[in-house]
Amino acid sequence: MDLKLSTSVASAEERRAVDSILGPETDSSRALVRNAQNLRVVRGGESLRQLRHQMLPVLHAVNDQVGWISRGAINLIAQRLDVAPAEIYGVASFYALFSTIERPRRQIHVCIDLACRAAGGYKEYDLPVGTLPSPCLGVCERAPATLVIEAGNSPRRELLAPSTAGEIAALVAGGWPSEESQVASAVPQLNRPDGSLVLLRRVGSNASTDIAAYQAHGGFKALGIAFEIGATRVIAEITTAGLVGRGGAAFPTGRKWDAVASQGAQPHYIVCNADESEPGTFKDRVILEGDPFAVVESMIIAGFATGCTKGWIYLRGEYPRAWRAVHHAIETSREKGFLGENILGSEFSFDIEIIRGAGAYICGEETAIFNSIEGYRGEPRNKPPFPVEVGLFGKPTLVNNVETLVNVLPILQLGGATYAGLGTAGSNGYKLFCVSGAVTDPGVYEVEFGVTLGELIDLAGGMRHGSTLRAVLLGGAAGGFVGPNGLDLPLTLEGTRQVGSSLGSGVVLVLDTSVDMIDQLQRIAAFFRDESCGQCVPCRVGTVRQQEVLLRLSQNVNGDDLELLRELGQVMRDASICGLGQTANNAIASAITDLGVFAS
Amino acid sequence: MVGLATIFGAGGGTSSYKEIEDTDVILMWGSNAREAHPIFFHHVLQGVRNGAKLYVVDPRRTPSAEWADLWLGIDVGTDIALSNTIAREIIHTGLANKEFIARSTTNFETYAASVAEWTLDRGSEVTGVPAEAIAEIARTFASASKAQICWTLGITEHHNGVDNVLALINLALLCGHVGRWGSGLNPLRGQNNVQGGGDMGALPNKLPGFQDLEDDFARAKFEAKWNCTIPPKNGWNLTEMFEAMGRRELRALFVIGENPAQSEADGHHAIKLLKSLDFLVVQDIFLTKTAELADVVFPGSASWCESEGSVTNSERRVQLVRKAITSPGNARDDIRIITDLAREMGHDWNYGSNEDVWNELRSLSPMHAGMSYARLDELGGIQWPCYSEDTLEPSFLHGRLWAENLADRGLLAPFSVVIDDPPVEAVSDEFPLRLTTGRRLDSYNTGVQSGGYQSPLRFEETIDVSPEDAEDLGIVDGETVRVTSPRGSLLAPARVDTGLRPGLVFMTMHFPDEVDTNLLTIDVTDPKSGTAEFKAAAVRVEKLSEHVSIASR
Repeated sequence: MDLKLSTSVASAEERRAVDSILGPETDSSRALVRNAQNLRVVRGGESLRQLRHQMLPVLHAVNDQVGWISRGAINLIAQRLDVAPAEIYGVASFYALFSTIERPRRQIHVCIDLACRAAGGYKEYDLPVGTLPSPCLGVCERAPATLVIEAGNSPRRELLAPSTAGEIAALVAGGWPSEESQVASAVPQLNRPDGSLVLLRRVGSNASTDIAAYQAHGGFKALGIAFEIGATRVIAEITTAGLVGRGGAAFPTGRKWDAVASQGAQPHYIVCNADESEPGTFKDRVILEGDPFAVVESMIIAGFATGCTKGWIYLRGEYPRAWRAVHHAIETSREKGFLGENILGSEFSFDIEIIRGAGAYICGEETAIFNSIEGYRGEPRNKPPFPVEVGLFGKPTLVNNVETLVNVLPILQLGGATYAGLGTAGSNGYKLFCVSGAVTDPGVYEVEFGVTLGELIDLAGGMRHGSTLRAVLLGGAAGGFVGPNGLDLPLTLEGTRQVGSSLGSGVVLVLDTSVDMIDQLQRIAAFFRDESCGQCVPCRVGTVRQQEVLLRLSQNVNGDDLELLRELGQVMRDASICGLGQTANNAIASAITDLGVFAS
Repeated sequence: MVGLATIFGAGGGTSSYKEIEDTDVILMWGSNAREAHPIFFHHVLQGVRNGAKLYVVDPRRTPSAEWADLWLGIDVGTDIALSNTIAREIIHTGLANKEFIARSTTNFETYAASVAEWTLDRGSEVTGVPAEAIAEIARTFASASKAQICWTLGITEHHNGVDNVLALINLALLCGHVGRWGSGLNPLRGQNNVQGGGDMGALPNKLPGFQDLEDDFARAKFEAKWNCTIPPKNGWNLTEMFEAMGRRELRALFVIGENPAQSEADGHHAIKLLKSLDFLVVQDIFLTKTAELADVVFPGSASWCESEGSVTNSERRVQLVRKAITSPGNARDDIRIITDLAREMGHDWNYGSNEDVWNELRSLSPMHAGMSYARLDELGGIQWPCYSEDTLEPSFLHGRLWAENLADRGLLAPFSVVIDDPPVEAVSDEFPLRLTTGRRLDSYNTGVQSGGYQSPLRFEETIDVSPEDAEDLGIVDGETVRVTSPRGSLLAPARVDTGLRPGLVFMTMHFPDEVDTNLLTIDVTDPKSGTAEFKAAAVRVEKLSEHVSIASR
């Protein structure tokens, strides 16, 4: 297109970063360098526009190299991808981990979200100089957490959790955290004599890095079964098993797979939603870090069953260790013939690419994830059409959460009918819960559906010594609060539905009486305001108004503001395009009605 | 128009806008539609969005070229060389549409022989464009199931403009890319009603509806209706009129809505001729430079808002225009001015309304017969031809060429042998730079229609030079330089443009009062169309020894 560029020019360093993703410029590119070829012939148009999906990787490359994305870099990317600079600015400024303003190479992101602030971490107003406030970093079992990112020739991203004030000061001074604690520490059940885990059983073993060990631990058996019984039977088993999505919406997985498989349009794609960002959620991280081959294997099976040629893992940008683990697992699987052309000598060819997110909660929404991968602002799309019909790059697309996918392995090994017998009548199979806060052993817990909230807390060692339960946040910021009298609540789809709540992403954040509930609510409101993509008015305006009302209520409880808050919630629920706006008032509303916050 | 009329019998673009959106290849040749035809270019972009490949052939890397899948920066005036090379490559690789050629065209063998010498290497040498790029265009255009060729003044404003058009028509015939949905040949029109002017017979050799003036039968029809005798011989085109003025054969001139004092090549000469007339009448909505020379000026009405009538766009769509406001002062409806003039000359034409004029046309021009005001209103415009009030023809022309029966195919379309003929004025040591001219988005021709409006995009006239030439000349962006051609010399600010290659400079004619570009252009014209070679003059650009501002020259 006829780009209108400012006079800013990319530095050699930025140019190198862009070339590392897009390759060197060709003679017939409208490069800034004029040569005998491009004075006569310039190749553009579709040959550039088809690279649009490299937008996010190329922005990452520049940000990783320089620490921020300059106007000059944007001009260069504009020329390479044939996208207007304003649009690139729109994409770059969409993500929290990018900056379009010059900043130091080292960034220290201190988590100020629910679990970390409840654990005595920093709050947005008392952060040390040289640090940035961060939404939930997904290591709530070791709260409070800090993420260090340093740009350069060898960019580094490291997590420090728990992180004390002194340790954060050392990071600001230029130090690096010592090695992160083992992922197994996030799964307390591993050390228990009665533990017979299924989904989490390989976490902590060398099956996370060694493909032979993974196979020795039963890995790729399910894939063998899938190839043996064929795609149709695989979907039938998943349907029989009664598996439903574990990302929060609980949609029947078999139905989704069947819908994708039966689409005439080709090719079909699969996206593994690993953009785990719901405050208080960290189960997917534990699987990705502790059993990455299982994610790869279950994606291959899903791809095989639904006729996909390619899969993407959309991985949170704040999960450096998960990226390393999954990257290694994909590379190794490809070397061993589990990915690529004609997998294991079959007719089936399939490969997986990791897309690294860049800090945007909304990109976990199943259509926002498409826009993000395609190189646009990660704004949700209107539905219908649904992803199974018109998804990534306009093709039929299967989007499944990490935990949903790994359940496919035991289903094929046990058989759908057996799996369906696990749990309760309305909620089949295994479920992971992210238990954090004031319990003795925070971590990811695997149970069969049916345990009550109280039993789960007991499983986590009960309340921490000296703590008294004030409330449990169930399902994350988009979920709801349960008071001390709700411990008998069965943690099932039907049980939570009955009380007007939901399991959401499996968050069980236990808050004791030392926690300032109003502070928690204000943080929830601030979170939704920050993370609203701004596309639709009810959410963009509603989340701001909600935060303002909460601030007023915290100073002066009055009926008018309570009524306004209720109405705001209703408008957002009714009129927002996607789940973010629709659920932005849930937890706050439940705190007022169920916990009596603001009760005079 | 001449080229299309010669080959197909009708001087109009053969496709509709909608077909541009639904084609596979768009070959935009000598057209910067992004700036010069922005509305049409929206349809092109819609096509691109729907998956069409866009090729742009233009010496300059224009904003249109920036949208292209492939841009070919040929040397100015080598269009026929490029077309013949593409044709030879298509024939040579067996991609020509042999069935269409055999059924619907004539003269193929002679044509094929004439392009045989145009190998890729030769074409590349003459045009300056790499052979692979030419081969790619040939392959893509020929293998596309639907393809469009669009052109504008980059093709026609040459001393051999008609041959250039014929060269493009040859390519369409070679591949059967005409007379079908999505495939066609489209000259883009620079004004909302250029097409309409031609349709209404504002051509020296045509009666309304493209009926030949020298056809006795056609003339008799009009004579019967008008109750008068029409001179039986073709008249002069604009260039011939100026020649006739030079010979003092033409002594009086009635100019309606034109500004030849500033739009003609070699402007000094044109003004001299206009001044030498015995009597000059100008009818316009502005007091143009030409009007300033006139003995009598009739203030006309702005046709898009102050009068009722119709306009016809590039896709041959006749659309109604309604009067929205009353003309200021003494300005009057153009039709009223003309009928009053007729009355003074002793002919009472007595049209009750502008619609009566239109209905008379419908009775005389078969291709407009079906277009009543009511129907034009109801359908939001109708494309010609439209022969009766109860039918609509296909949106593309010349579907007859694909008819099963020979009888239904009508006149077959002949291939034309066209010879590479470089611009009349070659660059030389004295005038080493090739000057080509064109338009910018925010201005219009000599500025009569656009100069009265503000535009944030507009900058004054400049001479655009490549970064390399600017460096060689030691000039910087914005510096005033002297530009000289064999005909004249002027001062203009330089503007460094990366869309130009060394040796090529560019100007517009938007600001003739400040920088009269047509003092530089060459007054040689195509004998068939009368269009001047605005696109190719030789100039030199000189750095001024000391600072001179434009105002003080």
